[in-house]
Amino acid sequence: MVSPMNNKPIIEIKNLRKSFGDNHVLEGFNMALYEGENLVIMGKSGSGKSVMIKCLIGLEEPDSGTITVMGKNINQLEHWELDELRTEIGFLFQGSALYDSMSVRENLEFPLRRHTKKFGIIEDTTPLVMEALENVGLEHAIDLMPSELSGGMKRRIALARTLILQPKIILYDEPTTGLDPITSKEIILLMMSIQKKYNTSSIIITHDVDCARVIANRMILLIDNINYAEGTFEKLSASEDPKIKAFFK
Amino acid sequence: MDNNSKVAESFKNFLIEIGELSYFTSRFFKELFNPPFELKEFLRQCYNMGNRSLLLVCVTGFIIGLVFTLQSRPTLEEFGAVSWMPSMVSISIIREIGPIITALICAGRIGSGIGAELGSMRVTEQIDAMEVSGTNPFKYLVVTRILATTMMLPILVFFGDAIAIFGSAMVENMKGNVSYLLYFNQVFDSLQFSDLIPTTFKTFFFGFAIGLVGCYKGYNCKKGTAGVGLAANSAVVYTSMLLFVIDFIAVFVTNIFYG
Repeated sequence: MVSPMNNKPIIEIKNLRKSFGDNHVLEGFNMALYEGENLVIMGKSGSGKSVMIKCLIGLEEPDSGTITVMGKNINQLEHWELDELRTEIGFLFQGSALYDSMSVRENLEFPLRRHTKKFGIIEDTTPLVMEALENVGLEHAIDLMPSELSGGMKRRIALARTLILQPKIILYDEPTTGLDPITSKEIILLMMSIQKKYNTSSIIITHDVDCARVIANRMILLIDNINYAEGTFEKLSASEDPKIKAFFK
Repeated sequence: MDNNSKVAESFKNFLIEIGELSYFTSRFFKELFNPPFELKEFLRQCYNMGNRSLLLVCVTGFIIGLVFTLQSRPTLEEFGAVSWMPSMVSISIIREIGPIITALICAGRIGSGIGAELGSMRVTEQIDAMEVSGTNPFKYLVVTRILATTMMLPILVFFGDAIAIFGSAMVENMKGNVSYLLYFNQVFDSLQFSDLIPTTFKTFFFGFAIGLVGCYKGYNCKKGTAGVGLAANSAVVYTSMLLFVIDFIAVFVTNIFYG
């Protein structure tokens, strides 16, 4: 297990605030992610987990607070600098977000062809695409369209697309939501094997207690728009606080 | 909420919408001239919009030509003015009917398609995924589509007009024993550059409006899957209204120059 004490934070969020009109979604959220760590963030629907993760990758602009990723304050970066940083951050979207009009191969090639600074201009992307598909066990799906894939397969392909840029950090937005228990378990095992193989650091946003139990090195509970509680799964699940207990029932 | 407040609220929302659309338009022009240029995607969109709408535009144009001639013939016969048929049909179609009907068809086919496609990409986070992948989604999705509709509509109108005049010639050939050669001679005799230039110019604006409203509605789609339907629907409604406004302005301006 990763000990935060021995590591430098790879992501640090301080006093993050974000509102949509009168809806105050985040009111002073703080967290740190350490190298090689799997950090699970749990919270009720609408508690701002997805907003926080989108602020982290620059898809949403925070009202105030600082977000430091790999030593860079993302709010102060130019657009091209943010794009460069994004090559080090993989994002697995809740609904997979595969491009409907592109085949699996084209979906995987898309970030490779766009982030040319990291890999240069690649003439033949097939070996990298195949490697990413092998990682998720779906080499045979290379020429299929997203509409021909099941929910679990879509999630795996999305994970392969995330992996193809070999990121140091992976952000998972509810990776098991909408999947049956068996497929969920497969996705969790896949996430663990990826973390082991590539030594990535991950933030996992989930409602799935089983997922959290298996994968979390550390957890944060996002309640009342702040990080209400923090600790290991064992520590938090043993808590007597009714707000915390509600998550583990 | 009383009626006055409702009207005030609707008016306020209308002004907000106009403001947002203006901002969207200014962003389009800003991104249009900033590299990198998404040439491959632009050509793909041109193919999708042009090639796939061609049959529909041609069939509609052909039927309009047929019907227009069939309906006008009895009246012209009554006044002994059947010989004016080629001039009347060609000027009406080239100046007005061809561009507006083709634009309305494209608003239904292309505008709603863009609205639904971008709307669904928005609600399924594909646009966010694109941004994370180091792509400017506005440039890749919006600029290419608006540019493609702007470029393709004049070409579609050209084909639609040609087929409509051919349809008219066919009716005249069958009903009035007018040869195709004579019919087309009369068509070209009656047409002038002052008929062609303003109408071609206006079709670029029609195409721009179709792409712009479709993209605006789709790109800013909210409220989940219901919002996708709403985006597609409102893209068609707003574009149709806008087309008539543009047409009115174009006719007004043309009259100033060509009196």
